[in-house]
Amino acid sequence: MSSRTTQVLANGPDSFVWWDWVDRNRDVIWERTLDHLRLTAASVAIGFVIALALAALSLRFRRLYAPITWVTGVLYTIPSLALFGLLIPITGLGFRSALIALVSYTLLILVRNIVEGVDGVPDSVKEAADGMGFTRWRRFVLVDLALATPTIVAGLRVASVTVVGLVTVTALIGEGGLGVLILDGLRRLFPTPIVVGTALSVLLALALDLVFLAVERALTPWTRRKATL
Amino acid sequence: MDVLGDFWTYVTTGDNWSGRNGIVTLTWAHVRLSFWATFTAALLALPPAVVLGHLHRGGLVAVSLVNLGRAVPSFGVIALVLPFSIEWGFGLGYWPTFVALVLLGIPPIFTNSYTGVRGVDPGIVESARGMGMTSRELVLAVEVPNAMPLVITGVRISAVQIVATATLGALVGFQCLGTLVVQGIAQFDDGKLVTGAVFVAAMAIIVEIGFGLLQRFVTPWAARARSRRSRRVDTVDAIT
Repeated sequence: MSSRTTQVLANGPDSFVWWDWVDRNRDVIWERTLDHLRLTAASVAIGFVIALALAALSLRFRRLYAPITWVTGVLYTIPSLALFGLLIPITGLGFRSALIALVSYTLLILVRNIVEGVDGVPDSVKEAADGMGFTRWRRFVLVDLALATPTIVAGLRVASVTVVGLVTVTALIGEGGLGVLILDGLRRLFPTPIVVGTALSVLLALALDLVFLAVERALTPWTRRKATL
Repeated sequence: MDVLGDFWTYVTTGDNWSGRNGIVTLTWAHVRLSFWATFTAALLALPPAVVLGHLHRGGLVAVSLVNLGRAVPSFGVIALVLPFSIEWGFGLGYWPTFVALVLLGIPPIFTNSYTGVRGVDPGIVESARGMGMTSRELVLAVEVPNAMPLVITGVRISAVQIVATATLGALVGFQCLGTLVVQGIAQFDDGKLVTGAVFVAAMAIIVEIGFGLLQRFVTPWAARARSRRSRRVDTVDAIT
């Protein structure tokens, strides 16, 4: 194995990225990318629903906010491989354990951003809504959450980018999307799949980030109108 | 539950604590590597962060670095370092893990310290200059102490992340607590698996709490200001 780094352009099994391999495994790579996306989307979606409920609870009963952030904070701190390890004996290898762990990582970020976003809505607006006869629930959905959209989407962006990275680790428990490529390269000491898996994971994270940015722009037209006022 | 029983049996078996693959050796290796990786990351990230923050330059670098740090999967970084490590004769295990962890540890420390130094109240900086402080004195006696809460936050986030990611070092042949998890999965040994997981989780939480206490101790004024406002977990401040 002579200097691999100088052979980048040589394009053989020994070069850093062997494009032939990439070409031959296009189907597998595409399949893994879809898996990756599926697991990420499921985790962030379920995490968002749970976080909405926890945030609504925290906003209604202020006392609950500290314990909720504490518990979700502890979950967030537990290393991913350790959390998978704790779940495997209970929920087994595979999708369920992966999903539970990934969802738990989104909670802290999402709950905090929802609560702080709603807190940031000016009191005058909330009072105006109350004065117009909005019920508590209607106001929460149509006024509080709507005006907190930028902060909430910011949370979704961070959560989804974080989850995309963590999904790679789930390869170790039999899931993993692009992580499977990385693990495969690691086991064979063959850099090409490692590079492809990592690069696609980064691209996926950036793409999701952009999607959420676009969603935010579509949902909050008033933030752009401000400039012309 | 069965899991608890397996865990209990594993940790109460004396043989599992001693030897090359024993809990003591693995924990110590994990702690040592995490410490040196955090230390090295701080050594590399702090000087440029302080200088750039002082000059109010390089905001884009700080933002891009933190975004990049979040988007790049740590598993990928460890895996990518391995071929280079082997190529350049550093082998398996310690060194590839160390290099990957240092790389992962740099962004949080850099960005938080940079933000801290740059964000020091301009009034304070003005008065320090008015008192005739040189730039060097200003940085060391005014800006760095004022930025301390964020510097420590940055180091804390890096340290927790490094402890967590060191677990993955097991995959490139680094004998650490992750070894128990990986072997536990491979051998269907729930006791081993859960023991590794519990120890790693405990270590991450201890590091997180330890840095929280350190922060309180080093910058009591910041803790006072924080308790006056609402009590909130500030883990996310930093990664956001």
